[in-house]
Formats: sequence, C-alpha cells, structure tokens
Amino acid sequence: MSALLEVRDLRVAFPRGRSDEVFALRGVDLSLKRGERLGVVGESGAGKSMLAFAILDLIQSPGRIAGGSIRFDGQNLLAMSEREIRRVRGKRIAMIFQDPMATLNPVLTIGRQMAEALEAHGRISEREARRRSVEMLKAVQVPQAEARYDAYPHELSGGLRQRVVIAIALLAEPEIIIADEPTTALDVTIQAEIMALLLRLCREREVGLILITHDLAVVAEVTERLMIMYAGRCVEEGPTSEVIARPRHPYAAGLLASLPGHTEPGARLTQIPGSMPPLGALPEGCAFRPRCEHAYARCHLERPELEPDLPGRRVACYLPLGGRT
Amino acid sequence: MHIIAFLLRRSVQAALVMLVISIIGFSIQDNLGDPLRELVGQSVSEAERDQLREKLGLNDPFWVQYGRFLSNAIEGDLGTSYFFKRPALDVIFDKFPATFELVLVSALIIVVLSVPAGIYCAVHPGSFFSRVIMSGSIIGISVPVFLTAIFLIWIFAVELGVMPAYGRGEVVDLGWWDTGLLTVDGVLHIILPAISLASIMLPLFIRLIRAEMMEQLGQDYVRFARAKGLSEKRVRNHAFRNTLLPVVTVGGLQIGTLIAYTILTETVFQWPGMGFLFLEAVNRVDTPLIIAYIIVVGGIFVLVNTAVDLIYTMINPMVKLPGESA
Ligand SMILES: Nc1ncnc2c1ncn2[C@@H]1O[C@H](COP(=O)(O)OP(=O)(O)OP(=O)(O)O)[C@@H](O)[C@H]1O
Ligand code: SF4
Ligand SMILES: [Mg+2]
Repeated sequence: MSALLEVRDLRVAFPRGRSDEVFALRGVDLSLKRGERLGVVGESGAGKSMLAFAILDLIQSPGRIAGGSIRFDGQNLLAMSEREIRRVRGKRIAMIFQDPMATLNPVLTIGRQMAEALEAHGRISEREARRRSVEMLKAVQVPQAEARYDAYPHELSGGLRQRVVIAIALLAEPEIIIADEPTTALDVTIQAEIMALLLRLCREREVGLILITHDLAVVAEVTERLMIMYAGRCVEEGPTSEVIARPRHPYAAGLLASLPGHTEPGARLTQIPGSMPPLGALPEGCAFRPRCEHAYARCHLERPELEPDLPGRRVACYLPLGGRT
Repeated sequence: MHIIAFLLRRSVQAALVMLVISIIGFSIQDNLGDPLRELVGQSVSEAERDQLREKLGLNDPFWVQYGRFLSNAIEGDLGTSYFFKRPALDVIFDKFPATFELVLVSALIIVVLSVPAGIYCAVHPGSFFSRVIMSGSIIGISVPVFLTAIFLIWIFAVELGVMPAYGRGEVVDLGWWDTGLLTVDGVLHIILPAISLASIMLPLFIRLIRAEMMEQLGQDYVRFARAKGLSEKRVRNHAFRNTLLPVVTVGGLQIGTLIAYTILTETVFQWPGMGFLFLEAVNRVDTPLIIAYIIVVGGIFVLVNTAVDLIYTMINPMVKLPGESA
C-alpha cells in the first residue's frame, strides 16, 4: 500500500537581511501510511514544528515553503489553491498544539470553537453541531460535556482544555492528526492520561498520527515508526523499537543516550558535546560533523543523503554505527 | 442582579470623584480674576462693589462658600451665570446637544475609518497602501488640531467654497434637544469640525488597532483557527475579537480627551457648543459658568468611564462583574 502522506525534499526558508535566506527545513522526507503512527524527535530548533506547520501550509510570513512536494492521498498540497487546502485542514489533516492555554481563543466559548470547525467543512445546523460536539467532548472524557460546551476556555483546567483541543481535532474525522508536543505544557500527573487518550482515540478511529515529542518513553509506547531530525533534516528513520534499540546515526545514538530513562543502571549518562549550530552557520558537508566523533574527510566535503540502510530503515551518514550493511 | 451591584458601587465611586472635581473646580475661582469688574463695569464705586461682594457671599471664607455651593449643587443649582443671568446649568445644557453631536460624529468617523484601516495595515504590513496609511498617521499625530481646522476651512470653505466655514447651520428643535443632523445644511456644517476633531484621535486609533491586531494575529489560537480550515475572514474575526478588548479600554478614555479638544475645535469653527461657551465664559470671568462647565464635563468623564468598564466586562468573558460566579 502506498503512503497516505508523502513529503519529499521539503524546504522552508526565512529571509535574512535584504537578499539572503536561511533554511529551517533543508529537504525533509517523510511518509505515513493510513492509520500509521510516526514519532518525530530532535533537539530544540531542529525544525520539528516547522515540519508540522509546513505540511498544512501554515508557515507564517516572512517564512515560506521554498521547495519540495507534499503528496496527500495522491494530490500535491503545495499545488493547491487556498480554497482547496482549506478543505484538507481540519477536515482531513488536523493539528494539536503544545499549549492548550494559547490554542483556544479566550473570548469565544468552547462550543463556538467546536461548531465553527464543523461549519467550515459543510452546512450543518446549530443543533447538529452541538450534538456532535457534545458527543465528541464525551468521547475525550470531558465531564459535564453539555455544560462545558457553553463554557469559556479560562473556566477549564489545562488538562481539560487539551482534551477539548483533541476533541476539536477529531471532530471532522480527519485521516491524520499532527500533534506538536501535545502534553509538554501540561501537569506531569496528567501527561500520561492525555497521551493514553490520544493513542486510544487514534487506534479506535484508525487515525494516523505524527507525534512530535521529547519524551522517548512516549515515542516507544505510542508510535510504530520514528524519525530523528537534526538541523532541518531527517537523519534517521525506521521502526521505533529498532531505532531505539540500535540507532545507526551518531546523532540519534547520542540523543537517545542523553534522554533520561534510557540509560541502563550503572551506565554513564552521555551528552552530545557541543550544540546545534545556528541555521545560518551550518558547516559544509554533514551538518553534524563538528559534534561527531566518527567524522572523516568525506564528511567535510559532501552532505550525506538519507539512504536505505538496514531493512525498513534509512540513515543519512557515511559511517553508520555498527558498520555498513 | 450583578449589574445593579456593579452600578451601585460605581455610583459611590462616581460621587466621590465628583466631589473632588467640585472642590477643585470651585477652588480655582479665585485665580480667574475679579468677577465684579465684568459684572458691574468700571463706573461703580469701591463701596458699592464691596456691598455687592458681601451680597454675593464672595467675602466669606472658602469652606463656607463651598458648603453653600455644594448644598445648592445637590439640589441641581450650580449657580447663576453672571453674563446670561440664568442658571449656569441651563445655559450649559442648552449648548450640550451641539457638543454631543460634534463628538458623536467625530467618534463615528474615527471608528468607521480606523477599524478597517488598522486591520488592513495589520494584515498587509508591508504593502504600499499600509505604508501610506502609517506615514499619514504620523503626520496626523503631529499636526495640532487648530492647524488642521484652519487648513480645512481654507481649502473647503475659502478656496473651494463647498463647505460652510463656521456655525452649526440650520437646526431642528425637538423640544428637549436641538439637532443639526436632520437638515442638509446642518450636516454640511458639522462635517469640517467633526473631521478636525477626529483628526487628533484617528491616527492614534489606527496605530493602536494595527499594533493590537498584529500581536493577536501572531497568537497560537489564530494558527489553530487556520488549522481547523476556517476561511481567512473568519480567522481575522478571531483576532479582531481579541483586539477589541484593549481598544475599547484605551478608546473609551480617549473619548474624554475628545471632549477636552472640543474647546479648541468649537472655537475655531465658532461652533455653538459647550466648549465655545466655556472659552467665552473664561473671557468674561463668568465664574459660576466656568465651575458648572468643569463639573458637567467631569460628570461626563465619569459616565463614559463607567460605560467603558461595563462594555469591557460584557465583551471579555475573563472579567466577571463582582458577585457573578465563574
Ligand atoms: N520567524 C523566524 N525567522 C527565522 N527563523 C525562524 C523563525 N521561526 C523559527 N525559526 C527557526 O526555525 C528553526 C526550527 O524551529 P522549530 O520551531 O521548528 O524547532 P522545533 O524543532 O520545533 O524546536 P522545539 O523543540 O523547541 O519546539 C529554528 O532553528 C528557528 O530558529
Ligand atoms: S556523516 Fe560523518 S560527520 Fe556526519 S554523522 Fe556520519 S560520520 Fe558523523
Ligand atoms: Mg516546536
């Protein structure tokens, strides 16, 4: 089965100065099958959010999509008119943002913000919109759903608000949900609860999920495939359990080792030395080279492309850990 | 009802503010010059003047005079105009409709122009038209209102001759209110003064709306609204609803300032309103009229502020009236 979403060589550029540009995404590939769940991890500034926004053409000016293609169900989203892509947004690909405090409009009721998500994709009576919204609020386990429908966002706790956001995302029965760190802004005690809810709903409704997160335990539990991003590119990609168990890219290995909860008892907590260079000052050749202890002459000269590696896996490195296949 | 509790509390506050205003208003009378000179002219002897002063109570200590003033004021009597020989409040209220209509039309001009202009500039920040509006608003802010007024008179009344230069034109008397807005002549007369008065606030409002709207457009909820598949018009609506909150607050306060500027505008256009009356009263050292004006304008300020608070509370779901539960 061919992929439902197929991103190729996606580039996002921001102007720098009068005539120059810097690239926040430098050619990202991504593919997602129907109902598949993909994790995206990487250091802060790697371009994870940019990728999420770019897929729905939501990059805000002065940024722009500078190249590549996004095929969704056989159509190129980037070739679509504003009208056409609006029919994809929310309806076929939905998003969940990090901070539920900021995601909901403070001056509109929950109900209004749910109803308009339905109204945007076809005629619907107010009663029907209310019925479907309340039903969805119940599905995401918002207590007193009827009353909450008429409440304002500030009257709800952070956890409840994120449930509402999830409800809005699911309302139009999308095929894919892109969740950008959906639990980071929440209280630690309810993070697992919200994540479990999201996973269950995606499974039940066969909704694909692109999950951006810093939490490796969550990635391992929720996603089937994992994508590691560094400096605006995908450096490694493959089945989640395999990538975690046996990372091939030195950056992936360093990232996994540095994440708490991954080190075996007694093992040294490793940190990747150095930090990700600013977008405008990436080195020639491999972007990870200044921080890579395996770098050799070729890494200075040419940029390694994301290429097939072990079965079902791809890596962008000349010297994958564990040797060439 | 909560709204009644709110209004009650605001009334008490308003009464206190009015008390302070009345003390200040009343206490400046000594600095205005000798009302006797205006009242009786030069030919009256000093002895007669003293007699008149005594009769008017002008020789009593300040607090005695103020107490007398206050007890009368509570009964709705703010003194009698020396010049008009009529109750000061009556004189002022005769002129109130003219000023009210001037401020109303100005506010209308400001709202009708600043909202679309501000939103346009926020949505298309780099466009040529936005830049024209923004540079124009800088010029607008820096030109004093009387200059704008004189300039408008020169162009439209003197050179082109299409607009009347002064006065209120034909007025219809409705019994309790005289309006210039029901006749063509009256409407023609109000246009230039209203534009002059609006010209001070208009650039400020455009910039305020633009800045707020731009800030709101960058918020996550706007992006989320887009991600839901809403049309750009709806998305802007989301942002504008939030832009309104600070604009109402700042804007409401500026209406008070607008009233202060009517003194200038009305004088240049000889608009028969409260502001023009006030300036004449100052020239004539018509103390009771001056004090009455200050108190009436103070009252209008308090009223406007209360109304703004009320509107703000109604459009902002995060603020509750006291006693209302969340
Ligand atoms: N308006 C902008 N102008 C220039 N560069 C920008 C702009 N917005 C974002 N960037 C750059 O784009 C890059 C990618 O940012 P992005 O938000 O996608 O990172 P991220 O991987 O989501 O990080 P985090 O984990 O902190 O959310 C960053 O390096 C950032 O500096
Ligand atoms: S390509 Fe070279 S520098 Fe880059 S990660 Fe692989 S070994 Fe290190
Ligand atoms: Mg991010």
